[in-house]
Amino acid sequence: MEHKEKFYLQIADNALILSHRLSEYCSNAPFLEEDLANTNVALDLIGLAESVYTELASQKGTGTADDYAYRRTEEQFFNCTMTELDYPDFAHLMVRQFFMDNFHFHFFSELVHSKDEFLSALALKSIKEVTYHLRRSSEWIIRMGDGTEEAHQRMIAAIERMWSHHEELFTPSEADLEMLNNNVAPNLSRIKELCMQKVQEIFYFAKLAVPETIPNAYQGKKGIHTEQMGHILSEMQFLPGKYPEAVW
Amino acid sequence: MTVQAVIEQEKLAQFEAKIENEIKIEPNDWMPEDYRKHLIRQISQHAHSEVIGMQPEGNWITRAPSLRSKKILLAKIQDEGGHGLYLYAAAETLGVSREQFISWLHEGKAKYASVFNYPTLNWADIGAIGWLVDGAAITNQVSLQRTSYGPYSRAMVRICKEESFHQRQGYEIMWRMMEGTKDQQRMAQDALNRWWWPSLMMFGPHDTDSPRSEKAIQWKIKRESNDRLREKFINKTIPQAELIGLKVPDPELRLNEDGTYQHGDINWDEFYAVINGNGPCNKQRLQHHIKAHQDGAWVRETAAIHQQKMNNHGKH
Amino acid sequence: MESTNDQQGELYEVFIQSKPGQSFKHAGSVHAFDKNMALQNARDTYTRRNEGTGIWVVPSKEITALSLEEQAYFVEPSTDKIYRHPTFYNLPEGVKNM
Repeated sequence: MEHKEKFYLQIADNALILSHRLSEYCSNAPFLEEDLANTNVALDLIGLAESVYTELASQKGTGTADDYAYRRTEEQFFNCTMTELDYPDFAHLMVRQFFMDNFHFHFFSELVHSKDEFLSALALKSIKEVTYHLRRSSEWIIRMGDGTEEAHQRMIAAIERMWSHHEELFTPSEADLEMLNNNVAPNLSRIKELCMQKVQEIFYFAKLAVPETIPNAYQGKKGIHTEQMGHILSEMQFLPGKYPEAVW
Repeated sequence: MTVQAVIEQEKLAQFEAKIENEIKIEPNDWMPEDYRKHLIRQISQHAHSEVIGMQPEGNWITRAPSLRSKKILLAKIQDEGGHGLYLYAAAETLGVSREQFISWLHEGKAKYASVFNYPTLNWADIGAIGWLVDGAAITNQVSLQRTSYGPYSRAMVRICKEESFHQRQGYEIMWRMMEGTKDQQRMAQDALNRWWWPSLMMFGPHDTDSPRSEKAIQWKIKRESNDRLREKFINKTIPQAELIGLKVPDPELRLNEDGTYQHGDINWDEFYAVINGNGPCNKQRLQHHIKAHQDGAWVRETAAIHQQKMNNHGKH
Repeated sequence: MESTNDQQGELYEVFIQSKPGQSFKHAGSVHAFDKNMALQNARDTYTRRNEGTGIWVVPSKEITALSLEEQAYFVEPSTDKIYRHPTFYNLPEGVKNM
């Protein structure tokens, strides 16, 4: 597979798999307004993934956006593993969201300067949505970190779980490096600096400690996922898989 | 007659004159206690229905078969949450808090539309819900835009505007499936078979068996009777079914000379069984709502405590 | 308000400006636990279809409204001041731009 296609897929797959996790939370939020807000984020992310898949299909001159979402196997998805993790509570959901929003915000802020016209336009559109997402999740981190003792403890547990996947976001794949050389992709070590500044700022207000960096053990960008990924896909792809001839 | 009684009578006369002249009743206005009670019951039931209604469709979000259908379904369910929210807000103007409405729901003291106590078993059920259940709801809601209570009427206007795409998305799913493979056609017909009768039941008992309706119509809370609305729904829906090759599961269905339809007997035993908690999903739906609410308690608490802390620090 | 121990935050009234330059109009209410959340909830609830750009949120309890008794003498007197309305005046035929 070409590096460029893989780089596109890394972006789109992060959005799609994260939106899957958010959308399954629909009707489970702590209160109604939060349910609507959560769904808005999920919708933005599906839209993001779809526009990348559509562009890829059109650049290749074959297939559709749905083929990318519904007809690839696990090892053909290149999302980071943090997006696929399940979540026992709202703290886990929101900590993951904060880390991903933070990553997206800085990633797209840099991607605006990409030499690739499609990506720079995509980044420009996404940055508006992601700015809002990040503001929302940042505030929730502070409410939970600096609220009740129970919430604080839940935050510590959630951060611990998600933190071991944090470094993967900034670990470059071959596609990342190749695209960086071609002035298409941002420099992930720069993105990491910016992300860490924001984590420190928000955790300071939330009265939470920033953990030590944990070396990356995950390789989602190589198509090697957690055990959860197969379950996500078998659910998401159930209908097109079972009725391959059908058009929906 | 005491002075108090004379004043009450005067207020009642003013209230009735407003109803008569199609002037909306607003939250601060005097209203008969029964009117207030009826509204509290009806609006909160309506709100609960929107919110509980998120579940049967939510069952298919993660399995929607295309990105397009996933987005549409998610947006639609989100709308339903929003509609629940508008309606809770309208009901709150009557002096009852949302907390209270939710606890009445959890205690089994408040009802929601029985139709959501049926399961969604295949993808066509999502089509059937949009087409039939939303179709039935819209028939009722269009009529309710003219309801006499201002906040309820304004909520219904907004809801009707937003719901206009819901029925179309449902019908489109059914149509696509009927144009598709044998399996898809089978699923579509199966979904219609299961959702047809519950949809007709959504309009409530026949007018002759609906004790509360008369007063509600007199006060213009309800604007049209159960049977009249049901007829409207049937008359517009049957041709839609036939157009795409679906067969309405009613062997006694007859076309009248004036172009309207005569439907077979509705199974009211089933209707009352489901209302009384013995439908296929009653416990599951309520339990889901209770669990989400309980799981979220610490989140609401920390948000409230955090706000208190900020106020104490004099910032934020 | 009848209440339970549970909390759903405070009630806020939401005002939406559909286009720059226009008046803010009441759109409805949301629950929220603080001002920032109220703004975000208003955005997520009342601007899902590009209904507007500007948003105000106001705690419902901060709104001062006329009571029913006050309405009679606050608002009604102006209905007889028809000279405040442009159609009150007679003008010669043919006058333009007025």
